[in-house]
Amino acid sequence: MDAFWIILTGSLVAVSCAILGSFLILRKMSMVGDAISHSVLPGIVIAFFIAGSMQSIWMLVGAGILGILTTFLIEFFHQKGRLQTDASIGVTFTWLFALGVILVTYYAGNAHIDQDCILHGEIAYVPIDLIYDSNGNAIGPKAVIILSFVLGLILLFVVLFYKELFITTFDASFAKVVGISTNKWHYALMGLVSLTTVASFESVGAILVVALLIAPAAAAYLITNQLKVMLLLSSAFGILSAFFGYWLSYLVDGSIAGAMVTVAGIIFAICYFIVRFKK
Amino acid sequence: METLIEFFTFQYPNIKYVVFGTILLSISSAVVGCFTFIKKKSLVGDVISHAVLPGICLSFLATGSKDPFFLIIGAFISGWLSILVMDAIIQNTKIKEDAATGLSLSVFFGVGILLMTYIQHSGNASQSGLDTFLFGKAAALVGKDLLAFSIIAVIVLLTVLLFYKEFKLISFDPQFAKVIGLPIRRLEMILTSITVLAVVTGIQAVGVVLMAAMLITPAAAARFWTNRLSRMILLSSAFGAFSGISGAFISYSAPSMPTGPWMVMILSVIALVSFFFAPGKGILIRQWRRFSIRRQLLEENLLKTFYRIGENSGEHFNTVAIDDLQLVRNFSPAQLTKGLRKLLVNGYVSRNNNSWFLTNEGFEKGKRITRLHRLWELYLTKYLRIAPDHVHEDADTIEHVITPELEARLEKLLEYPTSDPHHSEIPK
Repeated sequence: MDAFWIILTGSLVAVSCAILGSFLILRKMSMVGDAISHSVLPGIVIAFFIAGSMQSIWMLVGAGILGILTTFLIEFFHQKGRLQTDASIGVTFTWLFALGVILVTYYAGNAHIDQDCILHGEIAYVPIDLIYDSNGNAIGPKAVIILSFVLGLILLFVVLFYKELFITTFDASFAKVVGISTNKWHYALMGLVSLTTVASFESVGAILVVALLIAPAAAAYLITNQLKVMLLLSSAFGILSAFFGYWLSYLVDGSIAGAMVTVAGIIFAICYFIVRFKK
Repeated sequence: METLIEFFTFQYPNIKYVVFGTILLSISSAVVGCFTFIKKKSLVGDVISHAVLPGICLSFLATGSKDPFFLIIGAFISGWLSILVMDAIIQNTKIKEDAATGLSLSVFFGVGILLMTYIQHSGNASQSGLDTFLFGKAAALVGKDLLAFSIIAVIVLLTVLLFYKEFKLISFDPQFAKVIGLPIRRLEMILTSITVLAVVTGIQAVGVVLMAAMLITPAAAARFWTNRLSRMILLSSAFGAFSGISGAFISYSAPSMPTGPWMVMILSVIALVSFFFAPGKGILIRQWRRFSIRRQLLEENLLKTFYRIGENSGEHFNTVAIDDLQLVRNFSPAQLTKGLRKLLVNGYVSRNNNSWFLTNEGFEKGKRITRLHRLWELYLTKYLRIAPDHVHEDADTIEHVITPELEARLEKLLEYPTSDPHHSEIPK
């Protein structure tokens, strides 16, 4: 049963990431996703001290705000200060991450967060942390419920606004002509990326979220030119990574999240070589 | 104050190690960072710092020892490999730089985490302490680390000194460097190697994530103060060194505080101050310049409109109602109130209840703008053969920037004309 919950959690993270990651790659925003996954840290810490507990809703709010702030700062330094994008990303996320680490150490002892868990969370604990209904029966692991909610939100967002996302992704100037604000969708997407990061960091950690954002989507991007196929394919790659990652970690007795990323990397490598040799 | 004296007189040898260690690290990464910044590849530092992890684990597995030199060799190899993988993906597929960067960074790191947890779970007693590579241990540097850091810092700085001209060329203008026959591939290799070296050592002080800042942030801050590479390098090393000392001091006076994150914090504050307040390139001065140009345009357009109205009625100093201004040119109400108030303060117009009239200075200025506008229209039609009904927009833009010298040349070229293409008079 534990294996089932862990693979399910991994798959939920992987599918959420794969869908958002596909859009990030097409918009050439992957590194902004990377930046967000680090810079949500101070948001989480501050939310923790406002709410006084690791209540998920506050953490989601805190992380969401920080994610949007990060996106804004990167754009601001780039446009108003004429700082090149790579440096703007690098300065912004390291600054916020350093702030987060300082806050964590300052309140050390109070918080159940430490750097370890941020960098590579522990998915193996997922089945232990259960949510109970009013009769005291276990409904399921907390992480699974939160992640299902986040995935549902992402699916709803993509299905409802597919057209807007499609147009702003592929043809920003056309979007402008027909009156769709590229900016608004940009920020909405980044808000979702921060939600996903924070919902998954307890189980897979910030940096591994980045891997799941990029690797499955990049592998799918190599194979297809169609957005819908890419979304499906990258989700499938994500689930495969979760499934085989679990067994790989079982084999070598190592971190499950690390193993999932390793498998995602292997899937990308296979796609890379297939595409190379077909040419 | 006492702590400050205690700190700077190095009463404990440990402080000396920490201070000199962090300064050496900060300077070598700040110097290398300037080149990656100019090549617009700042995030390469982030990739390398994540990618060294599998190398460290593998070299530990292979040798079974934690000797920093073995670990650094492993880290060096996997750092290099990550750059090669990234470049291969960019060159051979349609995947762009951003995704290739993130992919290489996160997959290498994931593999590293898998290996590290494998080592931890395998029950090897000597493994503890490998994870200092993840989070850094600046406050716990010892003599042996300092020796390793100094050797590497000297290698990095000497290489930059030796190949300064070449690195400068391949960073700014690789095409030109190729044309004049520089061995670009070999130079790139050397530059990447010292970048990897700087990262591999720096990581031990500040950790994987914050290493990127040690490369990027001082260079980005220095860029706002100067256009010369040599000065940029000096400045960013100074920023780096300062952050090293203050980071060490903060964690000395408040031992629970981590050195690495504070170093990055101080660097970031320097960078933020530079972004906003640097003379010439800072955000504030840029915004101010934009603002004052917009104000100048508004003022001159208003005066021009006054002049035009006076021209139509034949009487330049009559009062003009706000509605009349808006009939000639479309100003927003906010622009009108702001612009007219500014003109009043500067003495270009005077006020009579709700109507306005030009002063002598205002009249002269309005006349000059109108004159420049019409001269330019004439020039466009006469010399560039643009239809008279297409020249107005362009003249509207350029009338604000024509200097008196250019005005004189235009006048001479057009043989002291008296009327523009629309048969309006060009005022003297």
